Amino acid sequence: MSVAVTGTTTVKAPRRRLRLPYVLLGFALLLVLLSLLRIVTGTGDLSSSGTLRATLIAAMPIGLAGLGGLWAERAGVVNIGLEGMMILGTFGAGYFGYFWGPWEGVLGAIGFGIAGGLLHAVATVLFGVDHIVSGVAVNIIALGVVQYLAVLSFSGVPGGGQTQSPRVDDLPSISIPALADPLGSLEQRQWFFVSELAALLRSFVSNLSVLTLICLGLFVLTWYVLWRTTFGLRLRSVGENPAAAETLGVDVIRYKFIAVATSGAFAGLAGGFLALVAANGFRDGQTGGRGYIGLAAMIFGNWRPGGLLAGSGLFGYTDTLRLRGGGDSVHGLLLLVAIGLIGLALWQWRQHGRQSALVAAVLGVVVALWYVLTDSVPEDLTGMTPYVTTLLVLALFAQRLRMPAADGKPYRKGSAG
Amino acid sequence: MTDNRLKRLGLGLAAPLLALLSAFLITSLVLLAAGDSVTGVWGQILSPPQARGLTNIVNAATVYYLSGVAVAIGFRMNLFNIGVDGQYRVASFAAAVVAGEAFLPGYLNTLLALMAAMAVGAVWAGIAGILRVTRGVSEVISTIMLNAIATALVAYLLRKAAVDNPGSNITATKDVPEGSRIPGFSVFPDSPNQVYGFVVVAVLVGITYWVVINRTRFGFDLRATGLSQSAAVASGIDTKRMIFVSMLLSGAVAGLVGMPILFGQAFNYGSTFQSGLGFAGIAIALLGRNHPVGIALGALLFAYLDEQSNPLQILQNVSPDIVRITQGTIVLTVVIAYEVVRRYGVRLEQRQVALALEAERSTSREEASP
Amino acid sequence: MSSPSAAAASADATDVVVRLRGIGKTFPGVVANHDIDIDVARGTVHAIVGENGAGKSTLMKILYGVQKPDSGTIEIDGRQVSLSSPSDAIAAGVGMVFQHFMLADNFTVLENVVLGAEKLHGIGDGAREEIRRISATYGLDIDPDALVEDLGVGARQRIEILKVLYRGARIIILDEPTAVLVPQEVEELFDNLRELKSEGLAVIFISHKLDEVLSVADTVTVVRRGTTIDTVAAQSVTSRQLAELMVGSELPSPTTETSTVTDVPVLQVRDLTLPAAVGGRPLLSDIDLTIHRGEILGIAGVEGNGQAELVEAVMGMRPGATGSVELSGQDLAGLSTRRRREAGIGYIPEDRHRHGLLLDAPLWENRVLGHQTREPNVRGPFVSRGGARADTERIVRDYDVRTPGIDVLARALSGGNQQKLIIGREMSGDPSLLIASHPTRGVDVGAQAAIWDHIKNARREGLAVLLVSADLDELIGLSDTIQVILRGRLVGTFDPASVTPQQLGSAMTGAADDDPGASPA
Repeated sequence: MSVAVTGTTTVKAPRRRLRLPYVLLGFALLLVLLSLLRIVTGTGDLSSSGTLRATLIAAMPIGLAGLGGLWAERAGVVNIGLEGMMILGTFGAGYFGYFWGPWEGVLGAIGFGIAGGLLHAVATVLFGVDHIVSGVAVNIIALGVVQYLAVLSFSGVPGGGQTQSPRVDDLPSISIPALADPLGSLEQRQWFFVSELAALLRSFVSNLSVLTLICLGLFVLTWYVLWRTTFGLRLRSVGENPAAAETLGVDVIRYKFIAVATSGAFAGLAGGFLALVAANGFRDGQTGGRGYIGLAAMIFGNWRPGGLLAGSGLFGYTDTLRLRGGGDSVHGLLLLVAIGLIGLALWQWRQHGRQSALVAAVLGVVVALWYVLTDSVPEDLTGMTPYVTTLLVLALFAQRLRMPAADGKPYRKGSAG
Repeated sequence: MTDNRLKRLGLGLAAPLLALLSAFLITSLVLLAAGDSVTGVWGQILSPPQARGLTNIVNAATVYYLSGVAVAIGFRMNLFNIGVDGQYRVASFAAAVVAGEAFLPGYLNTLLALMAAMAVGAVWAGIAGILRVTRGVSEVISTIMLNAIATALVAYLLRKAAVDNPGSNITATKDVPEGSRIPGFSVFPDSPNQVYGFVVVAVLVGITYWVVINRTRFGFDLRATGLSQSAAVASGIDTKRMIFVSMLLSGAVAGLVGMPILFGQAFNYGSTFQSGLGFAGIAIALLGRNHPVGIALGALLFAYLDEQSNPLQILQNVSPDIVRITQGTIVLTVVIAYEVVRRYGVRLEQRQVALALEAERSTSREEASP
Repeated sequence: MSSPSAAAASADATDVVVRLRGIGKTFPGVVANHDIDIDVARGTVHAIVGENGAGKSTLMKILYGVQKPDSGTIEIDGRQVSLSSPSDAIAAGVGMVFQHFMLADNFTVLENVVLGAEKLHGIGDGAREEIRRISATYGLDIDPDALVEDLGVGARQRIEILKVLYRGARIIILDEPTAVLVPQEVEELFDNLRELKSEGLAVIFISHKLDEVLSVADTVTVVRRGTTIDTVAAQSVTSRQLAELMVGSELPSPTTETSTVTDVPVLQVRDLTLPAAVGGRPLLSDIDLTIHRGEILGIAGVEGNGQAELVEAVMGMRPGATGSVELSGQDLAGLSTRRRREAGIGYIPEDRHRHGLLLDAPLWENRVLGHQTREPNVRGPFVSRGGARADTERIVRDYDVRTPGIDVLARALSGGNQQKLIIGREMSGDPSLLIASHPTRGVDVGAQAAIWDHIKNARREGLAVLLVSADLDELIGLSDTIQVILRGRLVGTFDPASVTPQQLGSAMTGAADDDPGASPA
């Protein structure tokens, strides 16, 4: 259809970005809800510092993979090869971690990830291969390479085997007992809100891997580089309107290339984190589809680092509850979800999103019934949470999500004009 | 005319050959870099397979073929059904439960289970179709999510539906009764194993696919939508409906992917049921250019590589996973090669048109000026 | 309109900021430009006019470094330069405003402006100040922190101009800048251009709308078939003379033959209204029109005033439309596009590449497109290859489609031949109504004449024809009645036998409410 151009200027309310006070307020609200939930359902594990620390560890690989996706997609390259690049990262971490040392393992993970990223970049940016096809191929190749190399490298090595590396030394971690202990006793008191806050803080001051801290820093760094520097402006312009960028003298191909290679580095680091912090070495199948969850978290976070962090926190949290045997804990969460969905339905109704409101209301009622009629949620179903959430977010908020405008479109030099 | 046909055939063959050659070279480079024997590996892979191996190849290719066709149906519409993987697993589980329960006797039971598989596959793909049509959600993302959901859902349901298998720690559904299994037949003399009877169904699916896509009005609408959605709308095609319907069809064929295994070999759905067939299907559909014969050749090639690489560990002390690298590389190189060849073909044709018109013009000019 | 001092066609040598000599550019099989010579003087608006496909855009891409010329020299400010990328052009002081805006919608104005020129004033407050300053100096009225997607077309164009000024350009190229604007916005743009001119900048203005060119330009260069034909002072020519320079001979204009209009109505549209997608003024309001057997109804209007929507609403491609559409007494309401086509509508779409053809399918399959439920293309649920191929051969023969065969891809044909194929296809299957949207846009002069003949034949055979065109001569020459569409309403009916392009033009811009030539719609 031809684009209708009319004289009237469409006046829209300017979109408001989340400011820090709102974020903190939201966070506090979340803690209050968790506190309430603890009291209503009587399941204490929902907000213990153990759960929160495990959440941090579970969220990090998802978040890093998501950052990888963010870098690539902000430059207009869809990267479903994240999973493969992560797999490469786990092997890189295992190999270099065992033969050299844990920090070398981190670098090895990044290096292997970059190799995967470069493959994707060559295919999509230089040869104009469809991004999805290339991503699928990267996943196939990466799995093959890693399995092939694992047999080559680790079979016959003491403690290693065809599908796993020997134990890799731990990375250093930080504990501040002076803070952790009093916080721990506060947490024990089970005071409304205060205990939750204490648990949260405690998870940051006891036994926190240095790599976790670095990775958290990478979120801030990504935000700063992409949104506050010239380099970032150019990189994002390539994902929004590459033809425009080219007419202004931006080397589109170069920026896309750098972005996809960086994407590989992040995905590789995500794999490295799995192998070095979440486990003690490389295992075949270690990623377990976390690359895809990372992609999901990125979409959930609307292609922004803050949103991505929230998404990976959420997905990491559900993953943790599942692993901590929390059929009961998750069951408690159902109530929260039901309330959230019904609240959403009301809000959508006011925004005149009748269809979305209806869907949300029905789902809310279903979840509420589920909560009332059962005592526990099967572990397998908890694993679906990230995916179902993402589908729901896509279905309900498709108009509010804003992916880079030229995302996934192959670009050829000289297309300007 | 025949000259043109030959040229087109030549161009059509050039791309896959180019891709195979590059994949061969890249794999060899990897082997060299890792210090494995290049000649040893290729010597094993290219050695003539035994009768048993041939049967395995045909069987594996049957499964790959169905997966390739399922993906290709989407591709013809410009739809990316990444979700064949999830669709066939949900469908296989459903079919295994239906067949295991044996509501109907003999082959009626088989038929019912096949219908169930196709229906479940279609529904699972249909979710992505609905989301795409009503909410504009990219089918790539939604099918990735549905794959993961399928994994969790099947694991959960399997735990519920599993029966105790004495002496085994594998959880699986009830076995398909003897009378409902699809017998195989011997094609290769002296082979200890048999070719799946389901290969006949796969061939029928291929023929139906070809006829529907290339010869029917529906197929024309589907291809037209794939070539240009805007032109399709202007020509009166309801493209939303087409998207939804082709997603359903793709899912229905995806539902059949696990059936040769279910009715010809495994007879139940358990935690060890073959996975990852959907992604191979994407590679094979690309390799076969969405053409039913091309997909068949691609499926045979992938199955051949799988089968021939199996003994590598024992014979050459090389991990058979090396062929995954070959297969993945084929996916990339085949796409690049097709694009290169396509551009060459278009240029060739444009030049031909220009030449023909030039010739026509000069003759008419001669006529005009006696 | 233009200041006399700046209107010298032969500008003083020192005043020349851009001097092009012997520019040539060849694409595989096509000569886009050859022997281009142009001098642009400081402080002037220099228009470059030519038909679609005459080579204007290629020329400008060369001047902006997007494409490299095969031959010839470019001098800027007296120095010979080699422009191999837009960056080179920007460095040389050349800026370009593309016809299709080069803006990232999801970026703020600031981000769009500083992109690629971050070194000048940074990407923060320095840049913000500079944008405010430029905006104020040239009266552009731009807020640096607005999100581009919230802005209208006119504002976007001003951002493009601001982008160019921000980089310190002294030479500004505007490629068909008015194509997307409504008349008021055109006037605002022209005011901006005059402002730029008075600051001593050189403006190169590419257009094929001659009246606009004459109202704003000082000097006009005419381009035809890839080369410069003549350069004239704007004051000394009329648009008719320019038009003849553009086409190269006596302007071919279609001539109506004896009327074949009957009183049998074929298409009757009543109260057709199409609401806008996101509130605001409806795209179409209360359209009433009737076309009889043997009648051509022409729709005139500035692009973007609802022509496309009207056509698509009649075709059933716009779901929100209300009101009644009847074809030979049959109510089309609620029928799908396919049913409407089957009921007897032939449709020549405005954008043949996007809506008319499957570019990567052979000609005979394109013959089936839009007719995939009808003889001779189908047999039951199957496509009849034999029938479709034979009929494609017939179309190729009868409509003089120049092609070596019916198995070549549609992409390989020239625009004119593609269009002839489409007309042949749409005339098959005995339509009673033919909708032709810009049928001769972007086709060469030879094909244009042939297409006009085909439309006249259709009329003679008793079809009702709805003709939408931006070419007023075409409308006047072919139509039996002309209706003018403005902001989604039909605002006047004219008799082509007596109306002049000027009268139509003022009706199209809404200035003709009291024009004696117009009768109330």
